[in-house]
Amino acid sequence: MATTLEPIAVGAKQSPLFKFVRRNPTIVLGTSLLVFMTLVAIAAPYIAGDPLFQAPVNRLRAPDAQNWFGTDHLGRDVFARTVHGTRISLIVGITVATISVSIGLVIGLVAGYFRRVDGIVMRFMDGLMAIPGILLAIALVALTGASLFTVVVAIVIPEIPRVVRLVRSVVLMAREQPYVDAAISGGSRSVKIIRRHILPNTFAPLIVQATFICASAILVEASLSFLGAGIPPQTPTWGNMIAQSRLNLQRAPWTIFFPGAGLAMVVLAVNLLGDGLRDRLDPRIARRM
Amino acid sequence: MIAYIVRRLLSTVPVMFIVAVCVFLLLHLAPGDPAAIMAGDNATPQNIAQIRQKLGLDEPLWRQFGTWMFSLASGDLGESMFWRTSVTTLIGQRAEPTISLAITTIIFAVVIAITLGVVAAWKAGTGIDRFVMGFAVMGFSVPVFVVGYLLIYCFAIWLRWLPVQGYTPIEEGLGPWLRNLVLPTITLGLVYVALIARITRATMLDVLAEDYMRTARAKGVATAPMLLKHALKNAAVPIVTVIGIGVALLIGGVVITETVFNIPGIGRLVVDAIQRRDYPIIQGVIMVFSGIYVLVNLLVDLSYTFFDPRIRY
Repeated sequence: MATTLEPIAVGAKQSPLFKFVRRNPTIVLGTSLLVFMTLVAIAAPYIAGDPLFQAPVNRLRAPDAQNWFGTDHLGRDVFARTVHGTRISLIVGITVATISVSIGLVIGLVAGYFRRVDGIVMRFMDGLMAIPGILLAIALVALTGASLFTVVVAIVIPEIPRVVRLVRSVVLMAREQPYVDAAISGGSRSVKIIRRHILPNTFAPLIVQATFICASAILVEASLSFLGAGIPPQTPTWGNMIAQSRLNLQRAPWTIFFPGAGLAMVVLAVNLLGDGLRDRLDPRIARRM
Repeated sequence: MIAYIVRRLLSTVPVMFIVAVCVFLLLHLAPGDPAAIMAGDNATPQNIAQIRQKLGLDEPLWRQFGTWMFSLASGDLGESMFWRTSVTTLIGQRAEPTISLAITTIIFAVVIAITLGVVAAWKAGTGIDRFVMGFAVMGFSVPVFVVGYLLIYCFAIWLRWLPVQGYTPIEEGLGPWLRNLVLPTITLGLVYVALIARITRATMLDVLAEDYMRTARAKGVATAPMLLKHALKNAAVPIVTVIGIGVALLIGGVVITETVFNIPGIGRLVVDAIQRRDYPIIQGVIMVFSGIYVLVNLLVDLSYTFFDPRIRY
């Protein structure tokens, strides 16, 4: 990242906040964008009208003072729909990241610490990794019917192996540390060793990984909706909006441009935050990537 | 070496077996009745029972698994519910556009990404470097279909340089074939470019800091041979690894790109199958794409000796 080559702060009298912003521009930019989007998501009903209200007379209107982002083929307000779409994207991103990190953490700790199960678990993870995530998610949603819950589960499953591999590699490294040997010879029980001595090592890489999972989950959810295997079409999600407006690209590009810009903005914010956190939390990789 | 290749080829068999087990378990243990979904909303119980019987879903799970594994081993992916033809035949018919798109995308992405990555590492810390890295973050963040529609709007609708969508088979001439593939290739390749450019820059930075690079500069090797022969070849192993891992991104992207550009390939086949609830097709395509992923990564492993003769098998 460009930020790895930060100039050494020159002025001696800088406030701590200014220094933090200067040293971590990506974290600050990503976080501010995310806070802004979260506020938009929470305040959606107050700042925008009804995303489902149809006014066929006003169909495919270009952006103007009344409909800031124009209207779609059913006369629905694109601004209201874009603003409400923020909600699903953030919910999916955050839930998928939380669930897959939690499940992956447990499996990874077990596989890394108890060597007997390691072989089987990791072969399964290798197999799962080879299956293209989007296709697996499509199949699961098509099979069980579209809902927010199914979509979240379908995105979580392909993400788990990545977390397991990361956690396992950290555990394998931590196991070799003298303090773990000391704890073992001191007679601590396995559960306690894992919790006290191994688990804390996983936090920094997991936080970074969680942001990247969040970004990828938002993209996959949008892709699933776009392909017609996601959140039910009446719900205003960015993927659904773009899928329903594809035939109007020439006449009404704003129906695709605004939800697309929303998506890009959220994912960019999460990615910037992730890059920044990685630079800060893992200086070893930071130098390289 | 040949013994090693054979051994590695054989080692893909257990991986594919586990892939098959995972796909089978996930799709069969998922709640929901595929027979009911396939039969549609106004199906009678008899209809559903009929479909269930036809798919063998009324049999015990272990026997279904056995039947499926047996037919997989003999190269049979089942029969499409809608087309009433074997899934292998359908995939074969739709393979040309997808393979064309995959090849143009890989060439485009690798050439552009390695150039960007090498230049960024060479000019590390400058505006060019920041531009390349900023471009990479954007590439990761803008969804494939949004890129696709932006490109269509700019180059097909507004400037009218290229066709909006569709596909021309290669037999009808290289020109028309390529014209139709330009926008899909850029669309699909962008994430891949971002991924490869980043790893290229990172490994090149490491290599450029090595002693032998200083020696090369000191003895007066010109810039281009120095970057390409001395540095890039030594940075190749991690780059090739990422190119292999990134194929997963391409596979997901192909499905979306083919939908955006209306290309009648394997990706469209799956998307149409979703709408028709044509479950054997989805399952079959997953197996084929997983197999391709495993094979590509095997090739990547084998290519290590070429780039780094110290790695021997």
